[in-house]
Amino acid sequence: MGPIVSAYETVIGLEVHVELATRSKMFCDSPTTFGAEPNTQTCPVCLGEPGSLPVPNKRAIEYLMLIGLALDCRIAPHSLFHRKNYFYPDMPKNYQISQYDLPLCVEGHLDVDVDGVERRIGITRAHMEEDTGKSLHVGTTGRIAEAKYSLIDYNRAGIPLVEVVSEPDVRSPLEAQRYLTELRAILQTLGVSDVRMEEGSMRCDANVSLRARGTEALGTKVEIKNLNSIRSVSRALTYEIDRQQKALDGGDAIVQETRHFDENTGKTHSLRSKEEAFDYRYFPEPDLVPIEAGDGWVAEVRAQMPELPRARRARIASEHDLTPEQGAFVAASPSSVQYFEALLASGAAARDAAVWMAGELARALNEAGESIESARVPAADLAALIAAVKEGTVTLSSAKKAFQDAYTAGKTPLQIVDERGLQQVSDDDAIATVVDEVLASNQAEVARFRAGEEKVFKFLVGQVIKATKGQASPQVVDRVLRARLGDS
Amino acid sequence: MPLALKDILCIDGVRTTAGSKILEGYVPPYDSTVVKKLRGAGVPIVGKANLDEFAMGSSTENSAYGPSRNPWDLARVPGGSSGGSAAAVSAGFAPLGIGTDTGGSIRQPASLCGVVGVKPTYGLVSRYGLLAFASSLDQVGPFARTVEDAALLLEAIAGHDRMDATSIPEEVPPYVKGLESGVKGLRVGVVSDWVEGEGVQPGVTERVRAAIESLSSLGAEIGEISLPSFRYALSAYYLIAPAECSSNLARYDGVRWGLRAPEAKDVVEMNVRSRTAGFGDEVKRRIMLGTYALSAGYYDAYYGKAQQVRTLVIRDFEKAYERFDVLLGPTSPTTAFKIGEKADDPLAMYLNDVFTIPSNLAGAAAISLPCGLAEDGLPVGLQLLGPPMSEGLLFKVAYAYEQARGPVDAPPLWGRS
Ligand SMILES: [Zn+2]
Repeated sequence: MGPIVSAYETVIGLEVHVELATRSKMFCDSPTTFGAEPNTQTCPVCLGEPGSLPVPNKRAIEYLMLIGLALDCRIAPHSLFHRKNYFYPDMPKNYQISQYDLPLCVEGHLDVDVDGVERRIGITRAHMEEDTGKSLHVGTTGRIAEAKYSLIDYNRAGIPLVEVVSEPDVRSPLEAQRYLTELRAILQTLGVSDVRMEEGSMRCDANVSLRARGTEALGTKVEIKNLNSIRSVSRALTYEIDRQQKALDGGDAIVQETRHFDENTGKTHSLRSKEEAFDYRYFPEPDLVPIEAGDGWVAEVRAQMPELPRARRARIASEHDLTPEQGAFVAASPSSVQYFEALLASGAAARDAAVWMAGELARALNEAGESIESARVPAADLAALIAAVKEGTVTLSSAKKAFQDAYTAGKTPLQIVDERGLQQVSDDDAIATVVDEVLASNQAEVARFRAGEEKVFKFLVGQVIKATKGQASPQVVDRVLRARLGDS
Repeated sequence: MPLALKDILCIDGVRTTAGSKILEGYVPPYDSTVVKKLRGAGVPIVGKANLDEFAMGSSTENSAYGPSRNPWDLARVPGGSSGGSAAAVSAGFAPLGIGTDTGGSIRQPASLCGVVGVKPTYGLVSRYGLLAFASSLDQVGPFARTVEDAALLLEAIAGHDRMDATSIPEEVPPYVKGLESGVKGLRVGVVSDWVEGEGVQPGVTERVRAAIESLSSLGAEIGEISLPSFRYALSAYYLIAPAECSSNLARYDGVRWGLRAPEAKDVVEMNVRSRTAGFGDEVKRRIMLGTYALSAGYYDAYYGKAQQVRTLVIRDFEKAYERFDVLLGPTSPTTAFKIGEKADDPLAMYLNDVFTIPSNLAGAAAISLPCGLAEDGLPVGLQLLGPPMSEGLLFKVAYAYEQARGPVDAPPLWGRS
């Protein structure tokens, strides 16, 4: 969003679907393994075989309860499963078991830091439902209507899904991004989901509307479906806000509809209007009994609550005297805290550990497209590298290079230092030789320095370090160079 | 003792039709819990018995595989929807039968065929592997020629099942052990609107009155009761059952099993053509009725209201059981009717279940047992109703009456037609 204050206020509500990481599915004993051979993780229940019946997974309900408690929701003492009826081939029963008007978790909130400003986003509800299978439509368009034939994989059918619905309290794509990042961190900390958006274990629908600034009534909303990364949410919202703003400015009405976001073009386009909306004919699922969440059960689940990201961030930042940014990075997930603590256990200072994690480690992970759980340089090896820098045996710039190479080569950073001879050169004589060469080939600069142009000195230091491929100790270079220039 | 199984319960590797063309060629890959229990009890299943399509009907005429006939008069219906099982037991093809009762589908055919039929408490017998018609009402139960055999069979199939979330997690008491303890001092409430009600055949009233006298002479205390909410029960049932059926039968779409219409241009046309060809008229009627009742804007007026009636029925039963231990009335207003007689009049057909439906709505127990022949020479069924989990009590009363009544005639199977 640009700096210009728009005449409109943006109103965004987010619906997040999270696949729970239970071992078995929501209503049967089938495993939830991702990426298995199609139709091998199934049984009569999740295939909707005639006569089969659903039996709820207690663990999944407890995971939902844990999510609700982490979002400060009220846990309804009596909640129900409903049937959502519609025909689609990848849904074996042609209805989805889902919570409807009596969800387990209601009226919560999530506090999000948006560039130093605290924003409280209301949580309308968090409820439980079952996932569908996956269709592959074979044909030119990849759409079911034009398909030559379709293949269906029911491995995903019946995997427990939690839907977290926010109030329309989000005011910008940036806030949406922060909300989703925080929600993901919470889910990860609770250990209830893999929250891998690229594998579809976390998906997001966004409702967005504009209203004249200062007014209360909500504008006509548009729903953008199936956004599969936090970045997509932000891009789709940015596009959609702009589209709606232009339409309103041009005197056009916004049509209430569902839109799809095209990753390639960065645009949204209409899927169906409100008139075409389905009538899901919800009614209470007669094959299941109500969920009775008594105080005892809720207390039992609450007792399993780990330290949440917000508290963790504050604790780590204050315990180790880190900046809020460093604290936020280190405490981003349980795995990153683990990594940080392992660095400390191996002797690294907290500040150094935080700087390395937020810098080189983050870059390496980002480039490899990996998360910290699968970091290829173990904390102990990074700690050894940090120690070497501290001791002065490796320069910081060599260490960074060694770290990145180690990451791709699958070796320890110190192995790379050894193999490539990246040890810091602090031997005066060796450095003096290089200094003399540099002075000889930069006569003009030497003259300028002597004429009083101090800033040339930095340039000369740089040349020496460059000539040693970054291995020369900057302190030694500084000392030798000043001595040679007769300046000490 | 061999058993006839209603063809709506799955046997692993054995074709299951539910009396419908839509399941053409369908072979379930698993055993229903009832079948597992029967195997465990060493009961051989001699065959699968005919039924109204997906258990929707009261005459076993709505089967894609043709109607079943009543062993007492082959021109007449055996009742339904478990007509095949009832007829098999009545005719002596098998001493035991298994049926399902959603609105009377065990008790009414038991009545029309002159055998014992039990509708157990909802949740007493597992529904796992039973092709669902109306999930909140469906219940599996036994047919037998004697009360003792019915009690034995129920002992074998009842009990908690972790595969059915609505299964009652209680131990099944031994029914047979308490059979002979008599009815002295037991309070029996006669549902007066049923015994003398409009449309009740005089011969039915007469046989039920005789049964009441018999129980009275055995020491039971007889009283009368009127249950006003029950007059709405039929309407409520014909909203709830179709609503659930419209959803339960959605999975028969030609995608995974059974009939698939060939050469459809897309999946929607394939769904529509498969379902159009696969389902019979009565099933279609109920799917449409149920779909309508659940539609946005109609839900509260239909499905919602029906659920309120259901609560009223439960409350009326509860009040009745403050005064009485069991209730009593006829099972069906008439004896067996002629094949084709009501086939074109759904409402007349639905009225067959007017005395049996309340027990389903309340999830309660009930039993039908023969109480002699009416003026037309056809069997009349006596219905005993009790609160949930009262099977032991009902068996005791039924057994006492059965002993006093003496053995019943066998049907003159080949005599008439
Ligand atoms: Zn399964």
